[in-house]
Amino acid sequence: MSLAPLNLPDYREKSPEVAARFKKIGQRPVVLNVRDLHKSFETQEGPKVAFEPMSLDVHRREFICIIGPSGCGKSTLIRIVAGLEGASGGEILIDGHPVSGPGPDRGMVFQGYTLFPWRTVKQNIMFGMEMRGRARTNADVEARQWLDMVGLSKFEKAYPHELSGGMKQRVAIARALANEPRILLMDEPFGALDALTRCKMQNYLLQIWKKVEVTILFITHDLEEACYLADRIIVMGANPGRVLEVIDNPVPRPRRTEQLLSPEFIALKHRLDELIHGASAGESEEEERLPMIKLTEAGDEVE
Amino acid sequence: MGLRDRLGLRHELPPRLRFVLLVFSFALPLGAWCLVSYVPWIWHPLIHVTDPGGADDYLPGMNVERAVFGQEVAAVVKKGQKPPEGYRVNPVYLPPPGKVAVAFVTAFTTPPRLPSEPWLYQSLGQSIRTIFWGFVISSLLGVPLGILCGTYRFFARLQEPFIEFFRYLPAPAFGALCVAILGIDDAPKVAIIVIGTFFQQVLIIANTVRKVDPALIEAAETLGAKGWRLMTSVVIPAALADIYTDMRILLGWAWTYLIIAEVFGTMSGITLFIVLQGRYLHYEYVYAAIAMIGVIGLTTDMTLAWLAGALFPWKRRRSGQRRRAKMFPPPSAALAEVTENAVNSLGSNA
Repeated sequence: MSLAPLNLPDYREKSPEVAARFKKIGQRPVVLNVRDLHKSFETQEGPKVAFEPMSLDVHRREFICIIGPSGCGKSTLIRIVAGLEGASGGEILIDGHPVSGPGPDRGMVFQGYTLFPWRTVKQNIMFGMEMRGRARTNADVEARQWLDMVGLSKFEKAYPHELSGGMKQRVAIARALANEPRILLMDEPFGALDALTRCKMQNYLLQIWKKVEVTILFITHDLEEACYLADRIIVMGANPGRVLEVIDNPVPRPRRTEQLLSPEFIALKHRLDELIHGASAGESEEEERLPMIKLTEAGDEVE
Repeated sequence: MGLRDRLGLRHELPPRLRFVLLVFSFALPLGAWCLVSYVPWIWHPLIHVTDPGGADDYLPGMNVERAVFGQEVAAVVKKGQKPPEGYRVNPVYLPPPGKVAVAFVTAFTTPPRLPSEPWLYQSLGQSIRTIFWGFVISSLLGVPLGILCGTYRFFARLQEPFIEFFRYLPAPAFGALCVAILGIDDAPKVAIIVIGTFFQQVLIIANTVRKVDPALIEAAETLGAKGWRLMTSVVIPAALADIYTDMRILLGWAWTYLIIAEVFGTMSGITLFIVLQGRYLHYEYVYAAIAMIGVIGLTTDMTLAWLAGALFPWKRRRSGQRRRAKMFPPPSAALAEVTENAVNSLGSNA
């Protein structure tokens, strides 16, 4: 599966437009500032490191993907940023102010939808506004606007169990955005969807991101998803969890599905593959060759 | 489709067959009862004497064992006198279903023997009042405490170990105490139902509340919900439909305590009615009264189950329920739900 003969460009090479875009992003104010954040658990075999100290600046309206194999601590990281778990050290700043505990400034979309089953679609979207004590009529009008944005106006009176997975996740995104968070945290939001729906949802998300003033921190283990969505990609490794590399995505915007076959895209994906699967290649090769006795007759080969 | 297909695990039954089976589930035991009651050569161990003839000890209307009657007939014939006559009957404690069915209706219109004794509707009313107050008082304390224990580990740890101990103490054991403290009227009866219900209620509701998906609470937190609002806007609505189901099961349990509770102090309610009718050997009324408890219980539960659909629209036609409904084909949805929930709650209770 060597891609070298294809003569791929260097994944660090950016076209002038992409370079200019990154320069512009860098000049925007920092929304999320993670400083020396680290986390370790106490287990029966002693302390286990979830991830080593890491720092990260996320600029306004930047789209960041964090990618890594299972066990690299990416989910723990986003849960700590959301305030759902405590860190072992370091701090998190939103617009320069340190935060602790969950709050409406950091909206979150979970893989498992987490819609409130006893509320209709519209009532789900109104939840955050109700918590902030917004007048009901205002909240109602605003919830309808969000429903329009995610294309679910017809379903405002439906209950979550009547929706498909993709629709549920659109409601969850609208519910988080209706709270006008400074940053939207997304923890493998499309992981439970089938490939076709996932592709549609990625395009929906990009459209919404363009229209709404929001910064996105997106967790995934899908290489293509990260390449397709992100401005910057933070690649994490496991055992112990740590940042391997922060990559500026050379694929120009606006993103289109055809770009999946562009040289920059393939080069970037190849690099991510190297970082994530290459690091543990030695072990996985061993695992893949199962010690199986041949149970078929000679000459009855399938490949 | 043959029988083999019908008995397949998880096989869905056609609606017609399901209805037929529902009818049969009542018809089979009823049929057995009819056979024993109306076919004279099945069982009928006694002879009802119509004419004593030459037997000195016999009076018209008395029941004698068949073997004894046979000996008496032989003895009287030997003496050359007219043999006693009679026909086979069942013991008085097994009235035929027809008689019970008539009693079921006439019980309401028959005045009591003594003016001091209550009419049936009065007895039933008193029992329902006792259950109602026992259940309401228990719920007013038990539901909030259960929710509190289910939400906060602090309260769970503070309350549940003692409650866990207390629920093993049989409620009737407190009968004498209740009478000593609360007198001999309705209060001790209500108290026994409260004791029998409350402790189970706290533990069951706490368990139900603990089963609320923690991801929902986390989602609410990231949307800005805090403290008390988290409880009122997420935990309680998320658990409410299941708490409602718990309450239906607990109400059924409250009925089982009723009969014992009504024995303490001055006997009252449906228990008094049953005991009096037993004393007068009106066993058809005893059966009718027992059946009435069943009818009231089932009707209440089915009404509550039907109401649940209106109260909790998001619970309708959940995919999980459909799956389980397939596993245990229900004679009627409500009945199946009752048993299923009862089984679930017993499982979680153990």
